[in-house]
Amino acid sequence: MINSIKNVIVILFGLLYLQTAHAEIAPSEIIADEYGAVTASLTGVPGDPANGRKVFMNRKQGNCLACHVNSEMSEQTFHGEVGPVLDGVADRWTQAEIRGMIINSKNVFEGTIMPAFYKDSGFTRTLKKFQGKTILKAQQVEDVVAYLLTLKE
Amino acid sequence: MSFFNKIFVGSVLLILGFSTVSLADESAKLVVEGQPMITRVKAPSHMENVDEIRSGWTFRIKETQSLQMDDFENPGMIFVDKGLDLWNKVEGSKNKACASCHDDASEFKGLRTVMPRWNESANALWSLEDHVNNCRTEQMGAEPLKWGAAPMDSLIAVISLQSRGMPMNVKIDGAVAPLWEIGKELFYTRVGQLDMACSNCHEDNYGIMIRADHLSQGQINGFPAYRLKNAKLNSIHARFKGCMKNIRATPYKVGGDEFRALELYVASRGNGLSSEAPSVRN
Ligand code: HEC
Ligand code: HEC
Ligand code: HEC
Repeated sequence: MINSIKNVIVILFGLLYLQTAHAEIAPSEIIADEYGAVTASLTGVPGDPANGRKVFMNRKQGNCLACHVNSEMSEQTFHGEVGPVLDGVADRWTQAEIRGMIINSKNVFEGTIMPAFYKDSGFTRTLKKFQGKTILKAQQVEDVVAYLLTLKE
Repeated sequence: MSFFNKIFVGSVLLILGFSTVSLADESAKLVVEGQPMITRVKAPSHMENVDEIRSGWTFRIKETQSLQMDDFENPGMIFVDKGLDLWNKVEGSKNKACASCHDDASEFKGLRTVMPRWNESANALWSLEDHVNNCRTEQMGAEPLKWGAAPMDSLIAVISLQSRGMPMNVKIDGAVAPLWEIGKELFYTRVGQLDMACSNCHEDNYGIMIRADHLSQGQINGFPAYRLKNAKLNSIHARFKGCMKNIRATPYKVGGDEFRALELYVASRGNGLSSEAPSVRN
């Protein structure tokens, strides 16, 4: 009896998991327009700008600060200067353009050094522990998009 | 030191570090023990996209720069001393030390500047490591030393020091030409989950800050290099490996064909810069 209840619970959780996993758009299913913009949310769950801010500065996640100056984070000591200053980025780009850039910047800026954060294949010699994985999870992408949309001048 | 003092000193260092990063004196002259080094020079003709080549030293903050100017302050010299001990140590079935046949390492003056180079009898591209291991196995009857491990790096530092100040002059034609092409290809090939090539950082963006790091041209004229980060000498291949792992790429094998070819190509990008080993980097 206890066992069968356990089984039911396991199956229920399994289904729930499958469903949430299904709601996410996989990297291979992304539809970008000819300029690389992506209109549809990757998860359907609204992005959380506060978490996006954390992902942005985390060295093991977005690490966007490695290459971009961002005055909204002036409390952080080191800002890289490889890419443009991101102040006021929401005035320059639409939500779909920003989402597309983070998913795969190469679709927007040809030959850019900026990594594609939601791409899981087509790389060469990826370290084993990152193989078949994206740098950011779908919801983290949405969170960073939401955060960037707060950067207005 | 009390806890608060530590915090105080720590934050002063942090502030100093930060302000000197932006104020790094890029025109400073490197003079080591009275000997001037060539740290900036016209790029060799085989470099298509760079006009001036620069030693990694020119990109470092003043504090790091000055450590290399005085052998008493250069922590790399401690490893040279260890290398000299090893030089004199008898090992292997033939009861020989390096010193038994090469009593003074100064006979290797100039060797660093032409390595890696083609070895006729081995019919292969040789790095300095190969000479060391060849003598160990053939002349001493001893086990080869591991590439990128401390004993090897300190012996290489002893040999390299003999060429300090002499300009790098690696040959890229003749038998090594096809390998040089392979190395070049590797330098421009994007790898890893971050999908970057050496050139993306060390050619397209040198002189620029990538978070807390001031990007250099990725030159190897200072190797083996003492790094403040890991407080030891670092071999050329170990450095390549570190950069590949940072972009989440599976590094090529240390001492393997790819890194040998890459070493040749990268060394040739430094032709004209003084050999600085042991240099000090962060
Ligand atoms: C390795 C460096 C690098 C990293 C890391 C990086 N970027 Fe970029 N980014 C660039 C460069 C370079 C450009 C300019 C595009 C080009 O290559 O022409 C750019 C452009 C952009 C732009 C367009 C800016 C504008 O105003 O035109 C946005 C937005 C952006 N990046 C966001 C991000 C975010 C968010 C992250 C982290 C998730 C990130 N970048 C990580 C290098 C980087
Ligand atoms: C028994 C004598 C002997 C011993 C011991 C010996 N070598 Fe050699 N070494 C030679 C000879 C002979 C050559 C030249 C022929 C060759 O390259 O094998 C040579 C060549 C070299 C070269 C290349 C020089 C050049 O200009 O091409 C280096 C570097 C070198 N040895 C380093 C070492 C080191 C380091 C050790 C100790 C680990 C060592 N040798 C031990 C005999 C010896
Ligand atoms: C994401 C950027 C990036 C990429 C890509 C990269 N490196 Fe580096 N590399 C660095 C940073 C940062 C440092 C430390 C600061 C400096 O000297 O540039 C460094 C340092 C070096 C150094 C030491 C330079 C010195 O003077 O001490 C060498 C050599 C080097 N890299 C070679 C390579 C090679 C070869 C590749 C390609 C396999 C490569 N790097 C790829 C960022 C990168």
